[in-house]
Amino acid sequence: MKKIMTGNEAIAQGAWEAGLHVAAAYPGTPSTEILENLSTYKDVYSEWSTNEKVALEVAAGASMAGGRALAAMKHVGLNVAADPLFTLAYTGVNGGLVVVTADDPGLFSSQNEQDNRYYASHAKLAMLEPSDSQECLDFVKEAFDISEKFDTPVLFRVTTRICHSKTLVETSARKEVPVKPYAKDVSKYVMAPASAKKRKYVMEDRIAAMKKFSENTPLNRIEDGPKKIGIITSGISYNHAKEVFGDEVSYLKLGFTWPLPEKLIRKFAGMVETLYVIEENEPYIEDFVKIMGIQCTGREKLPWVDELTPEIIRRAFFPGSEEQGGYAIDAEVPPRPPVLCAGCTHRGFFYEVGKYKDIVVTGDIGCYTLGIVPPLSVTDSVICMGASVSGGVGFSKAVEKAGRKEKVFAVIGDSTFFHSGITGLIDAVVNKAPIVINILDNRITAMTGHQENPGTGRTLMGEATHQVDLKSLCMACGVKEENIRLIDPYDLTLTKEAVRAGYESSEPFVIITTSPCALIKDVIKARTNMKCVIDQDKCIKCKMCMKAGCPALNFRDGIVFIDRASCNGCGICLQICPKNAISREV
Amino acid sequence: MKKNDTKSILLVGVGGQGTILASKILSEGLVRKGYDVKMSEIHGMSQRGGSVTTHVRFGTKVASPVVPEGEADVLVAFEKVEAVRWLKYLRKGGRLVVNNFEIYSLPVLTGTAKYPDEVVEKLEKEVPDLKIFNAGEIAESLGNIKAQNVVLLGALVKAMGLEDIDWESVLKELIPPKLLDLNLKAFKAGLEQ
Repeated sequence: MKKIMTGNEAIAQGAWEAGLHVAAAYPGTPSTEILENLSTYKDVYSEWSTNEKVALEVAAGASMAGGRALAAMKHVGLNVAADPLFTLAYTGVNGGLVVVTADDPGLFSSQNEQDNRYYASHAKLAMLEPSDSQECLDFVKEAFDISEKFDTPVLFRVTTRICHSKTLVETSARKEVPVKPYAKDVSKYVMAPASAKKRKYVMEDRIAAMKKFSENTPLNRIEDGPKKIGIITSGISYNHAKEVFGDEVSYLKLGFTWPLPEKLIRKFAGMVETLYVIEENEPYIEDFVKIMGIQCTGREKLPWVDELTPEIIRRAFFPGSEEQGGYAIDAEVPPRPPVLCAGCTHRGFFYEVGKYKDIVVTGDIGCYTLGIVPPLSVTDSVICMGASVSGGVGFSKAVEKAGRKEKVFAVIGDSTFFHSGITGLIDAVVNKAPIVINILDNRITAMTGHQENPGTGRTLMGEATHQVDLKSLCMACGVKEENIRLIDPYDLTLTKEAVRAGYESSEPFVIITTSPCALIKDVIKARTNMKCVIDQDKCIKCKMCMKAGCPALNFRDGIVFIDRASCNGCGICLQICPKNAISREV
Repeated sequence: MKKNDTKSILLVGVGGQGTILASKILSEGLVRKGYDVKMSEIHGMSQRGGSVTTHVRFGTKVASPVVPEGEADVLVAFEKVEAVRWLKYLRKGGRLVVNNFEIYSLPVLTGTAKYPDEVVEKLEKEVPDLKIFNAGEIAESLGNIKAQNVVLLGALVKAMGLEDIDWESVLKELIPPKLLDLNLKAFKAGLEQ
């Protein structure tokens, strides 16, 4: 019987069926579950790598050794891994190498909406785009064959709606593929200028061969229908287009999208009266069609921004027709933004830092990005993994030039620090930037749903392993021991003292918070009966406690109270209360 | 534009309310019945108090995994204000199932936004096919508020006329044994709504 699977589960299943040997990734929504699922197949070696560049290099090394390898990452992760990616296009592969990029149209949980299909045309890599979970499974198997056939890494491009939608899938058994032999070949694997130039010619021959393949592969197919309208589409957009146009038009459904099939596109355009290109975000296919001199309609009707949906397509191509409406009532709906959880270990730190009006908080990617949410509102910037530290160095240097007084607090989580913060820390030390680097260490990669990281002491495959010690690491990079504070962020007195010491320091300073994420199962268990309660006789309703923005604190019908179900007794509110009206039951 | 037999269900709620498990049970039941099923969820920040939406679509052949605006046959809101937020997705004549339960978001808690008044009255006036009840209370009376998702699932199954699927066996497969009895009761209570 067919199973219902997410795109991510199907990619894992397909890669396993294709005989995958080595898989590596850094967690990132919407790609995370690919490796989480792969780790359950015991005949595949899977790892969480320190960052995406490392993951791709691990996979590339495995491919060079002759194994079938896969690296997975979210779209912005491929920016981190772009350095090896471009040159791997020159070296090619030994065992098949598939790079999954999971883009996030609609920015459901990302800092930008970049369309990574351009990486394929830029780096000159074969690219596949599945439309549902069955295609995720089938195409990933195809991708390994293509990789080995053309001696190229393959970019496997999916989006949030593919990764996180479940559709029916037919699975099959694993095909055991032996690890190929490795033979030293410096002209292929050592990309010094002279050999790289030669490889570029090899690459051009490969592209010519892939162009031919693109014309004939069943991955690109015409779905014959009425010829008044023809639609060229790929990925999830194909399903949305089908939803709106059904079988009343013809489709050119593209699954192999670099190099694009010129002749097939020309043939299809010649078959139909009017040609539409329906795709999400950038006009990647449309520009190609137009450069070929073929008239088509797409971007002028479809938006540049946000996820594509059936109703957006319907409104664009059938304006005014059949707005089926739905209902509405006259009520203003309050927003429901994500917030730091009740009992979050980050809250006390942000509360204390927020007291300083001249601290500039350079933020980073993770739960603590939510330090920006009112009433905490302390973060000044969030750009990319690691930018809190290095951006903070630059900020402090410009402040120094201007003779101003802002103090930079760079705020970064443990996993993000291992990913990209260490280089910034070294930069701060060597270049004497008087910034405070705050490593909010909650012992896990929290935002993406609790993945192991180098500080966790456990691998993705569940083995115990070395735990990188943050304090020793910072000291080895040159931070003086007296400039490092390890604090329990649930203790506001300690937190306050550490923030003050950092604020007053004229040297690189590090604060490391040491409480594990409140959502870790063992933590939940340990704190399950810890609750804070408000003595209503003592409460003066000043609502000071609510200034830390804990969602367990309510003000309703004139009283402040704590929701028992969500409170974990962290005690931040208790320490803030000026009337000692809050106590902890243990 | 095309017409087909695809049915659309939208489940909306707040992180932690069990919408995703309810959708999982629902999809599994529909798969067993032999439908083509597509389910899509947005849960990126759900654990952090944000909105959670799950789209479930089934029929002979489903195209998009996303319920188009104004086309949901049933909208199940696990929280009252979420019903209002997603109301435009319910088709004219579709059924609205609402858990009469409030979860204040942080802007409401801190006083920068207001939780709207008279939502129930307004919904009653506007939506003809409305089922509103407190699933949390029902679940609590059965032993655990957390089973409210399965109470709502029962109400949804009734709304869609899907009682002929062997839901008991699906629940048995997807619910841990020690919680099974509670959830079977919760499902039954939902069917009776």
